[in-house]
This record gives sequence, structure tokens and C-alpha cells, in this order.
Amino acid sequence: MVIQKPAVAGTVESSDALVSVEPGDGKIELTLTSSVMNQYGRQIRDTVLETLERLDVKSVKINIVDKGALDCTLKARVECAVFRSSDASEKDIPWGGVIR
Amino acid sequence: MKNYVGRDIPDYLLVNGKEVYQGKNYMDGKYMKKASPCTRRYEKPQESKIVETLADALKLCGAKSGMTFSFHHHLRDGDFVVNMVMKAAIEELGLDDLTIAATSLGAAHDPVAEYIEQGKVVGIQTSGIRGRIGEVVSKGLLKTPAIVRSHGGRPRAIEGGEVHIDIAFVAAPTSDCVGNCRGIGGKSNCGSLGYAMTDAKYADHVVVVTDCLVDFPNMPASVEAIDVDAVVVVDSIGNPKKIASAAARISQNPRDLMMAENVAKVIAATPYFKEGFSFQTGVGGPSLAANLFLEKYMDERSIRMGWAIGGICGPMVEMLKKGKVGKVIDVQDFDLDAVNSINQTPNHFEMSASQYANPANKGAFVNKLDFVVLAALEIDTGFNVNVLTGSDGVLRGAPGGHPDTAAGSKCCIIVTPLIRGRMATVCEHVVTVTTPGDCVDVLVTDYGIAVNPLRLDLIECLDKAGIPHVSIESLKEKAYSLVGRPDDLQWEDKVVAILEARDGTILDVVRKIKPFTLE
Amino acid sequence: MIPRPKPERFRLRRTMIFMSAQKPGLIKDAYIYGVDSIMLDLEDAVAENQKDAARFSLYHALKTIDYGDTEVIVRINGLDTPHWQEDIRVCVAGGADGIRIAKCESAQDVKTVEAAVEAAEKEFGVEVGRTLLMAALESPKGILNAYEICSASDRMFGVAISGGDFRKCMQTKPTPDGIDMVVARGQMLIAARAAGVQCFDTVFTNLDDMAGYEAEVRQNKAMGFDGKSLINPKQIRLVHEIFAPTEKEILQAEKIVRAYREQSAAGVGVFTVDGKMIDIAFIPGAERTLKLARACGLWEGDLV
Repeated sequence: MVIQKPAVAGTVESSDALVSVEPGDGKIELTLTSSVMNQYGRQIRDTVLETLERLDVKSVKINIVDKGALDCTLKARVECAVFRSSDASEKDIPWGGVIR
Repeated sequence: MKNYVGRDIPDYLLVNGKEVYQGKNYMDGKYMKKASPCTRRYEKPQESKIVETLADALKLCGAKSGMTFSFHHHLRDGDFVVNMVMKAAIEELGLDDLTIAATSLGAAHDPVAEYIEQGKVVGIQTSGIRGRIGEVVSKGLLKTPAIVRSHGGRPRAIEGGEVHIDIAFVAAPTSDCVGNCRGIGGKSNCGSLGYAMTDAKYADHVVVVTDCLVDFPNMPASVEAIDVDAVVVVDSIGNPKKIASAAARISQNPRDLMMAENVAKVIAATPYFKEGFSFQTGVGGPSLAANLFLEKYMDERSIRMGWAIGGICGPMVEMLKKGKVGKVIDVQDFDLDAVNSINQTPNHFEMSASQYANPANKGAFVNKLDFVVLAALEIDTGFNVNVLTGSDGVLRGAPGGHPDTAAGSKCCIIVTPLIRGRMATVCEHVVTVTTPGDCVDVLVTDYGIAVNPLRLDLIECLDKAGIPHVSIESLKEKAYSLVGRPDDLQWEDKVVAILEARDGTILDVVRKIKPFTLE
Repeated sequence: MIPRPKPERFRLRRTMIFMSAQKPGLIKDAYIYGVDSIMLDLEDAVAENQKDAARFSLYHALKTIDYGDTEVIVRINGLDTPHWQEDIRVCVAGGADGIRIAKCESAQDVKTVEAAVEAAEKEFGVEVGRTLLMAALESPKGILNAYEICSASDRMFGVAISGGDFRKCMQTKPTPDGIDMVVARGQMLIAARAAGVQCFDTVFTNLDDMAGYEAEVRQNKAMGFDGKSLINPKQIRLVHEIFAPTEKEILQAEKIVRAYREQSAAGVGVFTVDGKMIDIAFIPGAERTLKLARACGLWEGDLV
């Protein structure tokens, strides 16, 4: 997918994450802050990168403010932000396809 | 050298008779030489000991660089006294190379972090370390490793001379002109002054700082004039709003309530739950809520609690007033209900930290305790508990009376949710061992109960009562299945804090955490 | 991915707790409280501009979290909104046990949802007929059409009344004795029983009024409800306690079922137990009592 415009999803409540995306410069630029950075920073990064790869996003500036979200929440927030960035989040979502 | 809980203690710390932790009751029966302070004689009658300023008091007590000043934390997050004293000592008298020996340090003492960064404060000894002080110590900016002791370990170290207090500062809600102090009657009331008592007896000098001067004699005094060198009257010793909350409310969080109910169930299933039993509970959500459910079981079986100790807050005072508990004895009061009750309500008494929890004296209250209910930041599969370091390895907690009550009680129950956000509370290895697993008996979580396999008797009790329980390993696996296996923290060699077991052996060390990068 | 067994149309549903599908901290483990059904909410608990985010969240929760024996129902947005079709797609794709149709007013509403569910089942390769339905009656029209709604589909397992909206329509407020809703509750119960589906009462929203809550739950039980919708886990236990059969009821039921088995084997149709005349009409009730007793942990027999 192509990131067409800035979009955000999620919150900074405990157990959630706030994900912001904006159009990139041909690569994936990830910035991450997390309340569980030392123990889970790498796993969070891996989950985010895998999700972007699944969505075929190749160019994006993505910023994550993580408040201890579980993997399933991180995925949901990244996917929602990406779909919102191309106005595609409301219907005909490929559940079980690239969303899995 | 590896100790009893598997922690590697650097050999260079094992000097001057320091040993590694070797299991509970290891020091039992050994002799210790008590320290005696060098105090000044005041033979000539004095009308008053009031001096104008803290700087004057410091001078009177011969304050100089290299000294150790002691403080107590009854004013909690509202305390002004530590900062006032350190400012006078460092900025007015130009002292440095100072050590702070406090019963706890927190966000109220953030300004002290700067003195650590400037190298003016070189030593910290405390039973709790939070806020900016915790951060700068974790960064390795304190010249010597901080020493963290339990509330019982601290008076042991003072009485045994391991900590020599040059000047003890007593933050007194009321005092008379010669230094008889009480925790009530003024504008910054805190109730018990139990943590200050041992300090006042063993310090070379004692300075009372008060914001409410009352007529002589201020009786019954918690700290007595016979130990006091000087009294300083200031505008305010603390922020009353942060000293004691209006009333500690019992949690309405359904998760807390569910766990609290299970705690009460476990208690009621043991043989210690009988007429006259003794009890202590923390003030955390599920620990405090356990009171509520316990009362139900007490009513059902028509039994009364003999006595309760603590940290006390409203719900326990309420039970005392209703006649459901015989006596309440405390070192600290957490809310106004407790503050206004101690030494006022019949059978609500004050005690010193040593009387409360010191493992080296001849009869601490914790040794007669049937049950204690405590929280944890982390607990590992060896039942070792961490209440000191966060998941990022930074100092932000307080052993307090945790290790003392756990070791002394017949049944120590830890109550904690299985996970907090993405942090597994039940884990393979805690970051820091603050209470050794051989003192912990039962773990109650929102996902199930586990009993320490050392306590076959308790396992049998639970089975008989039909209370389901699982292995702590299975709880850990459940936690990891939810949050993922955490990466190991990356440490440098430098030790930033030494965690003493209550008996004075070394239980664990906290090292400097490596700056984290994703690469 | 957690494979869930095929949902049972008629199972124990004493308690059904609402959880916002948009709150990760809530939905991750709502099952620990021992509730019978979780109602993940895409409707009122989710702000209009977060419906999309809630669906992503819901999908991964359904696919990742092991809810065990706890039933997972999703409340979808009303048929008068732009959201309900995508709501149905995500529920079916994620494998929810059932869907609660909000603001249902007619058999046609049920059929509309059923058609969308069936289409989604085909789209996502889910066994056709797997996804159960229930309807929330929130208006006078819904109550009046209760019977046709209850019997509109084989997927229907029950109906629930939604007090907030219903009272608004009726211009009433909650009363301590429930007089404001007694007719609606009664009519819905009769319709549900006539159609052979379950019937659930509305939420009690004042969490501090435990006495009022208890009175309402007792009335629910007396009126014949199968269960109640809840907003807070601390409400669960009371329902389970009040809906539990008494020791005497369990003993009686056990005797009746046992006696019936023996007597019917001997060809006797009518007999007495403790001086009371018993025939086959008593058997379903007695069996239901024993099943409920077992679910409440009060009975361990193998008669049913």
C-alpha cells in the first residue's frame, strides 16, 4: 500500500499504542518510544516491520508511542493507520488476507 | 560469589565480614556488639534548645564534610525537611562528601539528585528510592553504591554500628522548646514517628525540625527531649496534602477485588486463621481490599483479629473501632483516619522500626505475625520478589517492610496481577531480588494461585478447602504467552546499588543499565 | 490463531458483559472473571470516528486471545448506520460465536443481517450457519414485534431488552420496583418462550447501588429470564448466585429425573415423588435445574 497522507491510530492509554504514519522517502523510517523498551523494544520493532511488509508498505515515516501494547494491539494500530492514510479503513478490509 | 538465591555478588564487596545471603535465619543465635553514639552532655539547665536556623543547628552539632545525616519518611511525598537540611548544609555551610541515611526517598526529594550529580552527596542508604534520585543513582552518578535495606534491616545496621549517624533530623509535626516530638497536634500531622525512634537513640546528634511549637511538655513524646540537641522552627515541614490522603479508599477495580477475595479465601483455609490471629497488609489496591473480604470470613466464623501491624490506614482503624481487631500497632500512618487515631483510639499504639521488624533484636513484632499480604513488581519461579527495580533496570521502588514481614510471618501472601501492560509480573528471573523466595509462601494472581512447594502444609490446606492452585511455572508460561518472552536487560559491570538482606548479608546488587538502542 | 469450537445455540448464558472492542486493556482477558458470555461492543462504546480502528482491534483480539469456554458475541452497529456491513464481515472473519443486532425492530432486520452473515461466511470460508444471532429490542416497535423477531431465523438464540433506549422512547425513568419496564420485559419473555429462544434483561448502570441491583436480579430470576447484560465484572457473581438452584431444588430435580428413568423403563407414565404427582412434563425443567447446578459447581452427577 502507498501512504498517501498522514494518519494516526490508537491512543496513549496503558496497554495501547499511538501509531502515526506519513509518506516516506522510499524507505521505512521507524521511530519508537516504549514504556517497555528494554525488554520488548526489539519485538515491537519486529512486529511493526512485519506488519508493514505484509501490507506491502515500502515507503513510510512511522512513529510509535507504545504504552505496553500487546502484539495483537500493535498490529491493529499499524494496520488501521496505514489503511486510514489511503482512506481505505472503513470498508472491504481484506480480513484474513493481508490482515491476519 | 553466588548466593542462596543464585545472584552473583562481586567479591570486592565481600570485605569487613560482609557475607552473601545464605538463607533465612542464617544469623540466628549469633552475637552482635551494639554501637553507642558519642553524645554531648547538657548538664547546665537550658530554658530552650531553639536555634534560629538549620545552619545554626548544623553548626551546633559540629556538622562537617564527610558526615552521615539521617531522615525518616513519615511526611512521605509531602516532605520538605530533607531538601531544607541538605540545602543548608551544602549551600550555606559549603559541606560536601555527605551521606544521606533515610528510611525512604522519593519524588519529594528530587532536588537532592542535583547534589548527587555535583558530587556533594556521595552516599545514599535507604529503604526506598524513587524519582530523580533513583534515576541518577541508576546512571551511576553516586560515588559509592547506594545501600538499600529493609525497614528492619536499617535499625539492625544502625544498632550494630554499620551505619553511624552523625546527625539525625526529626521532622516533627509538633515539638516543644526542648525537643519532645509528637506526630500530631500541628498542621503537618503524620501520626506515628516510629522510623525516627531508633535514629534518635543511636545518632551522635539529633535536630528536631518542626512547624508547630507547642507548650512544654509535649506528651506523650515519640522522640524525647533527652536525645535532642537542637530545635529549629520553620514555616512548614511539609505539604499536608501529600503527607496523608484524606482516606485510603478500598479499590473498586474488579480485578483487584477478585484477587483480594482469593487472598481472603487462602487465609481462611489455613490453620492460623483462628481467634486472635495477627495480620498485616500493604496499602496497594488488592492488598488493602483483602481486609474487606477477610472481615466477611471473620464474621462467618465469629473470630476476631488479635492484632494488626503496619503501615496503617483507615479500613484497619475502622475494624479496631468496631472491635474486630484487638490492638493496632504501627510505625507509619497512611491516611488521616489513621493519623487521627494513633495514640488516641484505645488500643492503637506506636512502635519503633526496630520493634517492628529488626531481625537482630530479641522480639520484633513481625516474628509473631500470622499473615502478611504484600504486593510485588515482579515475582519469579523461585518465588523471589522484586519491589525495587523497574523493567528497565532503574531504581524506582521500596523494599520497606516487605522482606521483614515475609520472613517473620507464618504465611506470606503476594498478590499481584499476572501482567501489567506488557510487563510479565510472574517471570523467570526478577530483575533484583528484594525478598528471597524462601520467605514467600503463596502467590495470588488474577489468573490463578500458586503455593511455594516448600509449603506442603499450605498446599494441603488449599486442597482440603477446594481452592484450585497451579504451579508458578505455569503462571509464568501464561504470562509469557500473553506478552511474549522479554529480552534480557543489558547491564554494565558497575554496581550502583547493594541490596542487603535484612540480616545484613548481600542479597543482590543492581548494576548500571546499558543505554538501550534498537540496533 | 485460536480455533474455536462451533458455537452452541442453547448454552448457559446467565451473564453477558459489555466490553468496548476499542479498549485493548479490557478485552485482552475479560474471561478471567468467569462470565458466561463476553459482548465485545462496536456500537455505543466506540466513538463514531473510531469504528474502523475498533474493527482492526477486534479482529486481532478474536484471532489471538484464547477466550476458552467463554462465549464471544459482538454487538454491531445499527442497520441505519454505514457501519454494520463491515462489522458483520469482521465478526465472521474473526470467528465470533455470535452477533447481537442492535435496535432490532422486525423480522426483516434479522433476515437482512442473516443474509449479510451468510454472504460473509461464504466469503471467508466459514461453515454456513456457524455464526449465531441475537437481537436487542430497544424500542416499543421492537417489543411489539418480539415474536416475529425471535422466530425469524434458525440462528437466533435469544433476545435482550435494552433499557436505556427503551425508556427514552417510553418517556420513563428507572424505578426501584421495575414497574416502568415490567410490561415490556413480560411481553418479550412471552415471545421468547413462544419462539423457543432465550431471553436476557438489560444492564443495571448504578454500580454503587448494590441493593437496587440485587432487587432487579431477583426480579429477573422470578420473571423467568435466562440471564442479564452487565457493565462491570463485579456484577457477575450476584447473578450467578441468584440464578443458582437451591440445594433443595437440586435434590428434588435429581429425584424426579432418577424416578422418571426408572418408572418409564418399567412403562409407568405418572408417578409420585415425595407425595407430588410427576409426569413427563416435569422432566425438561428438572434436567435444566441439574445442568444449571453443574455449571454453578453445585452438582457433580451424570444424570444429564
